[in-house]
Amino acid sequence: MEHNDSEQSDLESTLKTNARQLVDSLEKGDFGEAVELINELNKARDRGLYHEVGKLTRELHNAIVNFQLDPHMPHATEISQITDATERLGYVVTMTENAANRTMDLVEQSAPMVNDLGQEAQSLSADWGCFMRREMGADGFRELAKRIELFLARTERDSSKLSGHLNDILLAQDYQDLTGQVIKRVTQLVTEVESNLLKLVLMASQVDRFAGIEHDHNVLRAEQKQQKQPSHGEGPQIHADKRDDVASSQDDVDDLLSSLGF
Amino acid sequence: MKILIVDDFSTMRRIIKNLLRDLGFTNTAEADDGTTALPMLQSGSFDFLVTDWNMPGMTGIDLLRAVRADERLKQLPVLMVTAEAKRDQIIEAAQAGVNGYVVKPFTAQVLKEKIEKIFERVNG
Repeated sequence: MEHNDSEQSDLESTLKTNARQLVDSLEKGDFGEAVELINELNKARDRGLYHEVGKLTRELHNAIVNFQLDPHMPHATEISQITDATERLGYVVTMTENAANRTMDLVEQSAPMVNDLGQEAQSLSADWGCFMRREMGADGFRELAKRIELFLARTERDSSKLSGHLNDILLAQDYQDLTGQVIKRVTQLVTEVESNLLKLVLMASQVDRFAGIEHDHNVLRAEQKQQKQPSHGEGPQIHADKRDDVASSQDDVDDLLSSLGF
Repeated sequence: MKILIVDDFSTMRRIIKNLLRDLGFTNTAEADDGTTALPMLQSGSFDFLVTDWNMPGMTGIDLLRAVRADERLKQLPVLMVTAEAKRDQIIEAAQAGVNGYVVKPFTAQVLKEKIEKIFERVNG
């Protein structure tokens, strides 16, 4: 920014010298020279303005080239980084969705097996109790022995199936590694874009200074605030535990609701 | 007991459906936002509504308001299961007439408690 400051002071000193001369020539009654000086002043201001606009345009162009934003560029060999990031995030959504569905498939297949085994064990246990209390005849026992044999075979078979399912559930979590890498890269790009945007904003403010444009920050802030309507939903809150306006846990929600008479 | 589950993410609908089944509620239907849910509620005989807040089309809070504004649906118990955790939003939902509010991520235990509490109050 040193460069800009020196230019700004160049402009300022030109303005000061010319303004003094302007007053002098007006007092002397030399209107020809006065008009000449006004022209000089205008030129100095315009030069500064053109210079800043030129820099801004160049930076914008660089940003477009850097991020390959323009899909129509003839020599664009790669797709734009933003499009690429969007696609990567889409891949994360697909990966996580697939993993969630795969896990739930396996859980849904496993749950009935566990339930059946538990129920059969319970029923066998009751009959075994009858036998131990000598409440069972020989026919009943033969029947029970057959069921126990079947149950043991089934337990062996189902437990190996279940342990297979548990392993698959474990493997279904491998998305975390891959999506983590993708998200890190996209985060990096966002940071880069942000710092470049910030640079552009600073340059634009330089243009504003030369052109004498002032923005009403209160109006801008009010506009921004209006765009944030809670009814639309904001998604999960980050740093919920450090914020006063956000409930950080279900207990917090319950307390708030009970304070409202729930 | 017929329950409608409204969430734009199919995995979340599936999780809730499984948890509800574990609690003994097997008769469930699904919708992916308020716009598809409302006609289902109006034509089907649902006894309970579980809805997310943030959805494309019609949001959960708008669905809740539409339910409360509908003469035949206004008594329907509504449980909101959402990631929206701002105090203003919880108050907004309470004022709109929600019966329970569960923030994501949630546990099976919390879901069970809230559902039981709602039915206690509805039946009591």
